[in-house]
Amino acid sequence: MGLVHGHAHSGSLSSGGGSTLLGYIGIDTIIEQMRKKTMKTGFDFNIMVVGHSGLGKSTLVNTLFKSQVSRRSAGWARDEKIPKTIEIKAVSHVLEEGGVKMKLTVVDTPGFGDQINNDNCWEPISKYINEQYEKFLKEEVNITRKKRIPDTRVHCCLYFISPTGHSLRQLDVEFMKRLSHSVNIIPVIAKSDTMTIEERQEFKQRVRKELEMGGIEFYPQKEFDEDMEDKSDNDKIREAMPFAVVGSDKEYQVNGKRVLGRKTAWGIVEVENPNHCEFALLRDFLIRSHLQDLKEVTHNIHYETYRAKRLNENGGLHPISTNDTQESNL
Amino acid sequence: MIERPETAVPSIAQRNLEGYVGFANLPNQVYRKSVKRGFEFTLMVVGESGLGKSTLINSLFLTDLYSKDYPGPSQRIKKTVQVEQSKVLIKEGGVQLTLTIVDTPGFGDAVDNSNCWQPVINYIDSKCEDFLNAESRVNRRSMPDNRVHCCLYFIAPSGHGLKPLDIEFMKRLHDKVNVIPLIAKADTLTPEECQLFKKQIMKEIQEHKIKIYEFPDTEDDGDHKLIRKIKEKMPLAVVGSNVVIEVNGKKVRGRQYPWGVAEVENGEHCDFTVLRNMLIRTHMQDLKDVTNNVHYENYRSKKLAAVTCNGVDTSKTKGQLTNRSPLAQMEEERREHVMKMKKMEAEMEQVFEMKVKEKKQKLKDSEAELERRHEQMKRNLEAQYKELEEKRRVFEDEKANWEAQQRILEQQKLDASKTMEKNKKKGKIF
Repeated sequence: MGLVHGHAHSGSLSSGGGSTLLGYIGIDTIIEQMRKKTMKTGFDFNIMVVGHSGLGKSTLVNTLFKSQVSRRSAGWARDEKIPKTIEIKAVSHVLEEGGVKMKLTVVDTPGFGDQINNDNCWEPISKYINEQYEKFLKEEVNITRKKRIPDTRVHCCLYFISPTGHSLRQLDVEFMKRLSHSVNIIPVIAKSDTMTIEERQEFKQRVRKELEMGGIEFYPQKEFDEDMEDKSDNDKIREAMPFAVVGSDKEYQVNGKRVLGRKTAWGIVEVENPNHCEFALLRDFLIRSHLQDLKEVTHNIHYETYRAKRLNENGGLHPISTNDTQESNL
Repeated sequence: MIERPETAVPSIAQRNLEGYVGFANLPNQVYRKSVKRGFEFTLMVVGESGLGKSTLINSLFLTDLYSKDYPGPSQRIKKTVQVEQSKVLIKEGGVQLTLTIVDTPGFGDAVDNSNCWQPVINYIDSKCEDFLNAESRVNRRSMPDNRVHCCLYFIAPSGHGLKPLDIEFMKRLHDKVNVIPLIAKADTLTPEECQLFKKQIMKEIQEHKIKIYEFPDTEDDGDHKLIRKIKEKMPLAVVGSNVVIEVNGKKVRGRQYPWGVAEVENGEHCDFTVLRNMLIRTHMQDLKDVTNNVHYENYRSKKLAAVTCNGVDTSKTKGQLTNRSPLAQMEEERREHVMKMKKMEAEMEQVFEMKVKEKKQKLKDSEAELERRHEQMKRNLEAQYKELEEKRRVFEDEKANWEAQQRILEQQKLDASKTMEKNKKKGKIF
C-alpha cells in the first residue's frame, strides 16, 4: 500500500486484467529464488549420439564437455585412441560450474548402419528411448511418487551425418523420419574437416533441402516456436543447421594459445575457431542457450505424446503403490 | 647313321657372340609394334557414394573424365547397384592408351546391401567370357581386351577398421580381379590416425585371408627398395582434387582449407603419387599380366571344366574334373540322353492326353450349350406361334362379330328402306 521509494519498477501483468503496479513488490526475485533452488538440486541432461561407426561421436562428446566424459571410468590414458563402441551405453557424470551442478548422461550408441543388411537397425535405439519414457511414466503414475523423479529421458539426439559431400544416405533419412517424433533430433555433419568451405555450404544446403523434402522436423521445430522473438532466433539457427563440426580432445599450441585441435601435415584444425568449423556454435546452442528448452520440449511434447499413446491403449496403466501390497478385493 | 644326342630334356647351351648380331634390337621392335597398336587398360572403381572416386580418377589421369557439366554417376541417386563404363582415349608421347573406367554407382548405399557385389561379379565374369569366346573363335584377328585389369576399392576413413561390407566384397573378388584397397579422403585423418588405421586394415585383411594385389619382387636393388616402401604403405591413403591452387608461387592440385592446403601430389600429405606411379608408371603392364595369367586362367579353367567335363590334362586340377575314359563318358552320356528322351516322350504323351480330354470336354460343353439354346429358341418360337394363334382367333372373332354387326346393320338398312318403300307406297311421302 502506498508508494515505496527506491526501486521505481512498474511491473505490469501481461494477461488477465493487467494492472500496472504502483510500486516495486519484488515479483522478479522469483528468478533469484529459482536459481538458488536449481543450484541446490542441480539438473539432469541426457544426450544421445547416433551415427555410423567412425564418425567421431565419442570424440565429439569429449570435446563438448572438455573432459573425458566417455571413457573416464575405464581409466584410459588421455592420448589413447578411443575404441569402437559396441553396445548402447549410458555414462553419467556430474559436472560442476559456477556452483551449478549438472548430471550429464551421454548415451553412446554403437555405430549403427555398419552391417551389410541394415534393415531396422534403428529399432534398438527407438526401444531405448521408449524405455526411458516408460520408466518415467511408471514413476509418475505411482500413488506415492518420489519427490524428484530421476529423469533418464533422452533430451537431445545428435545425429551424425557422414560428410560425403553429396547428399544424405537412405539410412539417414529413414532413421530421422522415424525418430523425429519421439525425440529432439539435431543433425550434425561429422568430420567436417574433410570438406572445404564451399563444399560444406553446398552440402549443408542439400542436406537441408532433403530434410525438408522428407518432412523431417529437427530441433528447433518450427511448430513449437511460441512468439516472434523465438521464431526469429530459431530461424537464424535453422539456417545454420546442420552444424559442421570437428571433434578433438588433444591440445596444441597455436599462436601462443593452447587450443583443442587436430594436427595434420598442412596445418592445425582448431576446433573452437569459428572460421574452421562450427563446433563453438553447436556448443553454445546446446549448452548455453537451448538446454532448458530442449528439456522442456522433451517433457511437454515428446513425453506427452508417448504418455497419451500409452494411456490410450489397453485402458491405461494401473498405479502401483510402493508398498507392493496387493489389493485383494475385486 | 646320324647320331642323335639322347637327352631327355634338351639343354640349351649358352654361347658367347663374336660380333654384334643385332637382336639386342628386339625390345625396340616390340616397343614400336606396341606403340603402333596402342594399349588398353580397364580400371574399375568401387566404393560407397561420396568417397571421391570420380575426383580421384580425374586427378590420376589429369583429365576431367567426369566434368562438372556431365554429372558423374555419384551425382545421381541410385537405388540399385549399376555398373557403368566410360571409355576415353588419351595420348602421351606418341603412345595411345584406351582407358576404360568402370564405375559402380549405388554400391553400399541402400539400407540393405546384401548382394550388392553381385552386379560387379557379373560384369567381371561377362568380360572374361567375352574374351574367352573371342579367343575360341575361328577368326581371331581382332581381340579387344575388355577384361578388368585392376579394381580400386575405396575404404571409408572411419579410423576403426574395415566394415563387414568391405570384407565381404574383397573376399568375393580377390580371386577374380586385382584388388587394390585405398583409403579414401585421407585428409580426414591425422598422420598418426592414418598409421593406426592402415595397420588395423592390414591386420584384418590378413585375418580374413584376402589376397590383395601384391607387387612382384624384382631382383633390381633399386626397385626392390621402392617396392618394399610401397608394401609398407599399403593400403594407400589418397586424396583427390579437381582444383588447382597456388601455394608459394607454385600451382598444385590440392584442397584449400582455412587452416592450410592439402596438396594431392605431396608425398607427405598423402600417398597419391605412390598410387599413380604404381598404377601407371611401373606396374600397369604387370597388372595386365596378372589379370591375364592368373585371374583369367582361373576363370577359364573353371568355365571349361564345368562345360566339357572330359578327362582333360590332370595338370589343370582346378575345380572338379573327373578322370574317366572318353568312351565310358560317351556311354554314360548316351544312356542319359536316351533316358531323358524317354522321359520327355512320356511327358509329352501325358500332356497330349490331357489336352485331348480338355478339348473333348470343351466340345461337349459347347454342344450342350447349343442344344439348350436350340431348345430355348424352339420354345420361344412356339410361344410366339401360340400367341399369334390367339391373336388370330381374337381377330377372327372380332371379324365375325363385326361382320355380324354389319349384316345386322345391312338388314336394318334393308328393313328401313323397305319400310320407306312401304310408306312410300302407302302414300306417305315426305
